Amino acid sequence: MSAPSPPSTSAAARAVLAKELRLERRAPQTLVAMALFSAMTYVVFHFALRRDTVEGDLASGVLWVTLTLAALLGIGRLFVADRDEGGLEGFLLAPVDRTALLFAKAGALLTFLVALELVAVPLFAVLLLGPTPGPGTWLRLLAVLLLADVGVAVVGTLVAAIAVQTRARDLITSILALPLLLPVVIAAARASAPLLALHGDHALTGRWPAVLGLYDLVFGLLAYALFDFLVED
Amino acid sequence: MSTESEASPPAIATSGLVRRYGERAALDDVTLALDAGRTLVVFGPNGAGKSTLLRVLATLLRPTAGTASVLGRDVRREGWAVRGRIGFLGHAPLLYGDLSARENLAYHARLHGLSEAASTERIAELLAAVGLERRGDDRVHAYSRGMVQRLAVCRAVLHDPEVLLLDEPRANLDPAAAEQVEPLIGRSSGRTRVVTSHDPAGGLAEGDVALGLRAGRQALLAPAADVTAEQIGELYR
Repeated sequence: MSAPSPPSTSAAARAVLAKELRLERRAPQTLVAMALFSAMTYVVFHFALRRDTVEGDLASGVLWVTLTLAALLGIGRLFVADRDEGGLEGFLLAPVDRTALLFAKAGALLTFLVALELVAVPLFAVLLLGPTPGPGTWLRLLAVLLLADVGVAVVGTLVAAIAVQTRARDLITSILALPLLLPVVIAAARASAPLLALHGDHALTGRWPAVLGLYDLVFGLLAYALFDFLVED
Repeated sequence: MSTESEASPPAIATSGLVRRYGERAALDDVTLALDAGRTLVVFGPNGAGKSTLLRVLATLLRPTAGTASVLGRDVRREGWAVRGRIGFLGHAPLLYGDLSARENLAYHARLHGLSEAASTERIAELLAAVGLERRGDDRVHAYSRGMVQRLAVCRAVLHDPEVLLLDEPRANLDPAAAEQVEPLIGRSSGRTRVVTSHDPAGGLAEGDVALGLRAGRQALLAPAADVTAEQIGELYR
C-alpha cells in the first residue's frame, strides 16, 4: 500500500463530525439529557413563578436561562467519549490539522443545540409562553437562536477542551463556561424579549443581534488561534 | 544500534532526552539511535519511563529537554510530518465502544487520508488477518479484551506505517492471537519497531537492541544478542 496523503482540514472535520453524530445516534445521552432538563426546568419555573403564562422580559429570561443550563450539559459531555475511550489521542496521532477537531466538535455541539431547540422552544411556547407569536416573530426568534447557538458552540468547545485536560472537569466546565457565556445570554435575552412580548410582532432591533454576531466572530477567531495549544501536550 | 560507518540517518534517535511531569523526571538523559528496519526492545519496571518514551516518539508528549527524532524529523518541531508515518499501540486501544470494528477502523482510515475504496479493502484484509472478519460489524463493547487488542493492532497498522511504537503489544492476547498479529507488528513485518516488554527472554529474542530504563534513566543500552536475561532481571531489583 502506498503511503496515503494527509486529509484536508475539512475532510478530517467531516470525519470527526460524522463519528460524533453516529455515537450520539447509537447511544443517545447528551440530547436526551438536555431535552429532559429543559422540560423539567419549565415545570419548575411554572410552579416557582406561580404563573400560568409568561411574556416579554420574563419569558425571554426563562427561555435563555433554560437553554444555557441545558447547553452546559452538552458542553460537559462533549469530550466524554474521547476522554474515556482514548479518542482524543487517536485524533492527535493522525496527520491532521488540530483545528479540524474544533470545527467538528463545535459543529456537533451546534447540531445538539439546534436539535434541543426544536423540542425545547415549542415546549416552552405550549407550557409557559402567554402570547402566541406570529410566523414573522418565529423567524426572527430563529435568527436570534442561531446567532446565540454559534457563540455557545464555539465557547463551549473551547471550555470543554480545557476541562477535559483537568481532573475537576465538571467543575471547570461550569466555572469557565458560565462567565464566558454571559454576554451571549444577555444579548440573546435582550434580543428575544420584544419578540416574546404580549403584542410582540416587533422588528428585531439591530443592536443585540449585532452584539451576538460580534461575539461569534471574536470567540471564533480566538478559538481558532488557541485550540492547537489546548489539545497539544 | 547505528554504527558510524552507516551513511543513512537513524530511523529513531534521541539525544539527552528529558521528560518531566512537574518535578519528577519520567525520562532523564536518554540517548539512543536505531536504524531503519530494526527493533529496539525497552525493559524496565513499572514507572521506569517506557511508556513515556513511546509517547514522546509518538508526538503525544513534548520533550522537556534534549531532542528526539523519528525518520529524521524532530518530534517537537515537525510532529505533523511524523504522525502519518508511525503506528502507535499503547495501553488504551483508542477505539470507541459504541462503534463497530469496521466503523472504528473506517474513522481512523479517514483521519489518515485513505480513500474509501482503499480503506474498505484494507479493513477487510486486516480484520481477516486477525480473525475478526465475522465480528467486524459488532460493537466493540461486545468484544473480549483479547479481541479489542487485536482490533487495536489493526488500527495501529491501518495506514501501513514505517515505524511501530508498541507498548506491551501482546498483553491480553492468547498464544494463537499473538501468532495472528505477528505478521502485522512482529519482526516479520519488516518495520522499524520500538517495543516495551517485561519478558526478558521473549523481548531479547525479538529485539536487535535492548534498552533498560530505571527511574527514567538509561541503565542499559546494548545489542540484544549481547544482553542476558539476568542483566534484564537486575533492572527490576
